[in-house]
Amino acid sequence: MAFITANWNPLGEAFYRKTELYEMCWNLRDGLRDCLVAAAPYGGPIALLREPHRRSPSSRPQLEIYSASGNSLASFPWKSGPVVQLGWTVNDELLCIQEDGTVLIYDLFGSFKRHFSMGQEVVQSQVLEAKVFHSPYGTGVAIVTGSSRFTLATNIDDLKLRRLPEVPGLQGAPSCWAVLTQDRQTKVLLANGADLFILDNTSCTAVSPPGLSPQVSSIVHMSVSFSYKYLALFTDTGHLWTGSAHLQVSQSALCLSSMWGCRRPKSQQPSVVLMWDRLLLVAGVCNDIIQYPHRPCVCVGELDGVRVVSSSRQELLQEVPLVCQEIFKIASMAPGALLLEAHREYEKCSQKADEYLREIKEQSMLGEAVRQCVEAAGHEYDIQTQKTLLRAASFGKCFLTDFSPDSFVATCRELRVLNAVREAGVGLPLTHSQFKQMTVQVLIDRLVYRQFYPLAIEICRYLKTPDYQGVSRVLKHWASCKVQQKDLSDEAIARAVCLKVGDSAGVSYSHIAAKAYECGRTELAIKLLDYEARSGEQVPLLLKMKRSQLALSKAVESGDTDLVYTVVTYLKNEMNRGDFFMTLRNQPVALSLYRQFCKLQEQDTLKDLYNQDDDHQELANYYVTASYREKRLESRLSVLQSAVDEYNKAKNEFAAKATEDEMRLLRFQRKLDDEKGAGLLGLSLQATMEALLALGLHKQAEQLYRDFRVPDKRYWWLKLKSLAEKEEWEELEKFSKSKKSPIGYLPFVEVCMKRHNKHEAKKYVSKVPPEQKVKAHLAVGDGAVLARCSASDRLLIDKLNRARATATKK
Amino acid sequence: MSERDSPELPDFSVLKRLARDQLIYLLEQLPGKKDLFIEADLMSPLDRIANVSTLKQHEVDKLYKVEYKPVVSTSDQLCFLIRPRIQTVKWVCDVVNADKAAGKFKRYKIIFTPQKFYACETVLEEQGIFGDVSTDEWAFYLLPLDEDIINLELPEFFRDNFLEGDQRWVRTGGSALHLFHSIYGPFSKVYGIGRCSKMVYESWREQVKEGEQKARQAEVGTVFLIDRDVDFVTPLCSQVVYEGLVDDIFRIKCGCVEFGPDVTSSDKSIKVMLNSQDKVFNEIRNEHFSNVFGFLSQKARNLQTAYDKRRGMDIKQMKTFVSEELKGLKQEHRLLSLHIGASESMMKKKTKQDFQELLKTEHSLLEGFEIRECISFIEEHINRQVSMIESLRLLCLLSLTENGESNQFSNNLNSAWPCQSYGVDHLLTFANLKQLGLLVEQQPGETLTVMESKMGKLVNDKTAGKLTDAFSSLAKKSNFRALSRRLSLVPKSDEEYDLRVPRDMAYIFSGAYIPLSCKLIEQVLERDGWTGLEEVTRLLNGHEFAVTGSNGADLRPQSDAQRIILVMFLGGCTFSEISALRFLGRERGYKFIVLTTAITNSARLIEAMLDNHV
Repeated sequence: MAFITANWNPLGEAFYRKTELYEMCWNLRDGLRDCLVAAAPYGGPIALLREPHRRSPSSRPQLEIYSASGNSLASFPWKSGPVVQLGWTVNDELLCIQEDGTVLIYDLFGSFKRHFSMGQEVVQSQVLEAKVFHSPYGTGVAIVTGSSRFTLATNIDDLKLRRLPEVPGLQGAPSCWAVLTQDRQTKVLLANGADLFILDNTSCTAVSPPGLSPQVSSIVHMSVSFSYKYLALFTDTGHLWTGSAHLQVSQSALCLSSMWGCRRPKSQQPSVVLMWDRLLLVAGVCNDIIQYPHRPCVCVGELDGVRVVSSSRQELLQEVPLVCQEIFKIASMAPGALLLEAHREYEKCSQKADEYLREIKEQSMLGEAVRQCVEAAGHEYDIQTQKTLLRAASFGKCFLTDFSPDSFVATCRELRVLNAVREAGVGLPLTHSQFKQMTVQVLIDRLVYRQFYPLAIEICRYLKTPDYQGVSRVLKHWASCKVQQKDLSDEAIARAVCLKVGDSAGVSYSHIAAKAYECGRTELAIKLLDYEARSGEQVPLLLKMKRSQLALSKAVESGDTDLVYTVVTYLKNEMNRGDFFMTLRNQPVALSLYRQFCKLQEQDTLKDLYNQDDDHQELANYYVTASYREKRLESRLSVLQSAVDEYNKAKNEFAAKATEDEMRLLRFQRKLDDEKGAGLLGLSLQATMEALLALGLHKQAEQLYRDFRVPDKRYWWLKLKSLAEKEEWEELEKFSKSKKSPIGYLPFVEVCMKRHNKHEAKKYVSKVPPEQKVKAHLAVGDGAVLARCSASDRLLIDKLNRARATATKK
Repeated sequence: MSERDSPELPDFSVLKRLARDQLIYLLEQLPGKKDLFIEADLMSPLDRIANVSTLKQHEVDKLYKVEYKPVVSTSDQLCFLIRPRIQTVKWVCDVVNADKAAGKFKRYKIIFTPQKFYACETVLEEQGIFGDVSTDEWAFYLLPLDEDIINLELPEFFRDNFLEGDQRWVRTGGSALHLFHSIYGPFSKVYGIGRCSKMVYESWREQVKEGEQKARQAEVGTVFLIDRDVDFVTPLCSQVVYEGLVDDIFRIKCGCVEFGPDVTSSDKSIKVMLNSQDKVFNEIRNEHFSNVFGFLSQKARNLQTAYDKRRGMDIKQMKTFVSEELKGLKQEHRLLSLHIGASESMMKKKTKQDFQELLKTEHSLLEGFEIRECISFIEEHINRQVSMIESLRLLCLLSLTENGESNQFSNNLNSAWPCQSYGVDHLLTFANLKQLGLLVEQQPGETLTVMESKMGKLVNDKTAGKLTDAFSSLAKKSNFRALSRRLSLVPKSDEEYDLRVPRDMAYIFSGAYIPLSCKLIEQVLERDGWTGLEEVTRLLNGHEFAVTGSNGADLRPQSDAQRIILVMFLGGCTFSEISALRFLGRERGYKFIVLTTAITNSARLIEAMLDNHV
């Protein structure tokens, strides 16, 4: 397998290889010279700003954005201020840091998203240098100003500017500097001449790395590893110092004769890539170096290597993963290597295959062999090599009984995905370890940012990502993007969106509609909202779009009264009262909710509401209620008068009459209270009469009875009971004779008996009409009389006795 | 009786445990000693969930009842456990503001149960204390009162929803159903009738959709939702089944009744829990009152024999008797004497008020006989000022059963109606009763046509909300007579009805009337839907629905889960209805679980319509 190791170079114990990723599709006339270049890690896009210092309005610098494979994504002339630095965020957004401290954010396709400023004082002092860095908190920006002050923002999505303390003795820009993220803190490491300082939020500490040669007069370059673990310093004396980023352990001090640039240290066994004009140099701990002659290029630090981008091609420079070394190293006897050999012989139909297999099996290393082949396949970039390794693994697996196929299957799937996204058309040159680190979710996001929706969906389905995280999310992004297409009609977009999205779980139409509204397409937003199944979701956006009527009816439809309240409260503050009431009037559910609220909170509003509706009945009822709150009689009467007026308007004569009577009664009670101190005010008519009778004020009771045309029967009952209660039997007798009783005389008998006055009761028995006589006698308990009853009465008695019997039962 | 083996009821104690754990969790959100203020009508439900010692264990220092008065607590942490009522929230605001004015700094927490409403938060905001108070929700929806009764304890549901058209409780209903579903579901059949039922159903569906679903063995497979306004007649009738009668007279509160001195024949009142744990009560609760005495005396005799056993025992036997049986007997003895006392007391009250006459009138009204006599009885009832609630109840019953056919009489009554006698504020009560359709006043010919045209216009309009409005302006027609004929709710009266061996659900009203609500349930279960009942649903103003086969549910009709039926009454149900359903269950081999917003009866129903002015 000589050809696989052909591009391997030894460095100490390890090997390094440089694999070609792409022939760049771009066509750069002037190469990468005079360009501000920014390329994002994880196979991210590349941004170029040509001749950033050209300031004349006639020829503006050109900003170009390419995918990692060199496909042009956007290109436009730069019209804003001079740019100091370009950088990419974790969300594939381009940051352009201008001299005046303004940071402009563009998306992958060059459309402006937003901007922010690095502080007011920067406008005067200007940004000298800037760096974009990534930390667990997101993407950050650090600048150093003309007044030699550093300002940091750890997360641009949650912008908090921190001005770091002054550095003693620093004039202008430091000779070199880097941003470190350590112990959950972001710090700046800078060199001023030979002095090293660490700047954190509160202090500036001078540090000296152990073992750095004393002759050094200036540190000219420094670089921090991808993981912020290692640091490399390059001095004017041509010494390279590498060590841990804590500056505690020195790893080596290397002497190099000439210098030009220093870039990016990298993984596993720390090593540094240094770049000169025509030379690329890898320096390791063991004082060993590899030299590559090279054309001018840009290095992009990755998790497990460095991408080297030149004007014609892109290569990945990385340490050969251990497992690949073991398999492919010349004369390797590792189980993986043997298995690969066995498989090769097997394909040649040679019996040597068996020998190799036997050899592995004797060491009982077959499982390990398969594992190595699977793992190595993951690390290989060449599809043919991947296949060879996987076939070998599959072959080896046949001889194992209890080998879990999971890792094999997973690797196959992942490689398929990786190969798909590595395609030049897509241009995401991810290694397997990068893919593992970034996770499928992020990969999907990246594809979505690049608008590779179909591929993203395919990958989701292929990897069986749950809909909620996978397909639905892609569809959501797709729809949000779709609504921004200005050349399509609202109708067409709405239809297209609905067709694709359907009712996929987890895609919220209100979210898409909100996007449409953001782009100023209100009509489209409303159309999209119609597809939203949960009316509750529609409401907030409708309110935002000032479609309050629609919002209200949707809120009512949702059946969520809290939502209705929200809208009602909103409308109350937004609209004038008249319109507000009119709106409510068309929504009875909302109206009754609001009424309920008003009943307890805003009585006056309630009145206005009824007024507006010309609801005289309710208005009158309202006045009646209100009258009970009035303490003074006069005001109470006047409120009741309003009630009467309203009842009249509502053509409710009965109620009007009743209210008028009440007013009359109140006045009467007041008079009597004043005269006799009877304490009647507020009693009902019946209660008043009762009280009067109890007080012996028969005349006044009589007057009420006549004035208010109390039904005879009721008055008789009342008086009867009242007299019996006081046991005024004479008075009762007189009363019974005053005229013919409208309630008959049976009640007289009954009330007497209730007071156990048989004697009085008997007086009235004779007056009881024949059909009730039996009852009367029964009540008195006069058996003798019963015996003399007629035959027809007897029947009645029987019936009664039966009734009684059941009564006792019940 | 064709008795099939009845399926076992699910265990509802888990609901209590769930509620208790959640409450404890909420209390622990406010660490340290705190005073707890409890809304008055939450006291008894809370008592069923967590007793005082449990609360004390979780650092509740003192317990207070919410009384709308200034607070005298010295604790620096106050916790309020309240219903989401604006009035109560306002009181809390007053408390907080008073403390603020006095320069006291305290921590406040409001726990709303079963949920909080936006309006309550608005009040907090308006009063400027939104930031001073933390709020939480205690999702205590379901209180198991008995092995087959679950109560939401929301009496205001009825008035708010049916009278005021305020639908905020609909979601609460949906959540309650959802909670039940998530523990005992999945339901495979859902039937329902009424507008509110439909909305509750939809709210529940939505919540099911939002949440995750787990395939489970269903314990309850069938649900029937019914609005109270489908059947107003039943709750307005006097109850004559023992449990109902106890409720009518002594008022059962949260499964617990307080018997006064006249029952206990001592000078103390005793609180008694009335549920299936009480062996004596369990036997008589569903019986017609006329049978209860017989039962009780039989029981007394049995008890006597059991006591008598100890005669002629040797010491050893006596020892086992004392240790094993005596306690149970004593307990039974105590309960028996209580129930006998209660029965006697009820007897006394009922004969005093001419209960027999009253029942006769009610039955005539239900049967539609001798209306003229009934009217004069009611008139006399009013004239004698027996009881306002009773009078209103009879008036409503008359109006509902006669459905305006005898309008000349009701008009007569109307003029006789004494706003005078009970006070002018009952004008409002009247307006409420009319709005609810309990009391129908004849409209002059002209206005009626105006109403009809208005109605016609609104029917075209699909918005359901507009219909409510129409209903509130146009008194609802009750159609009781037609329904009664169609469903044969009134058994033929010429046969003697043996209340000892009831043959149908009519026994709960002395054989005079089968409750409409229960009859509907019976019919729908029998027909497996509403087919064949089109005319009935038309008379009931529609809004019926039947949904079968939700995902993963067991559809075999013979399975136990299918024969356990959850009946959800929106707006309350009476003990009589529960008794009727128990009877139906025994007859058909079903088990009914009643889930209701509140236990109601005629008095509570009418009282809900009063406008009280504080």
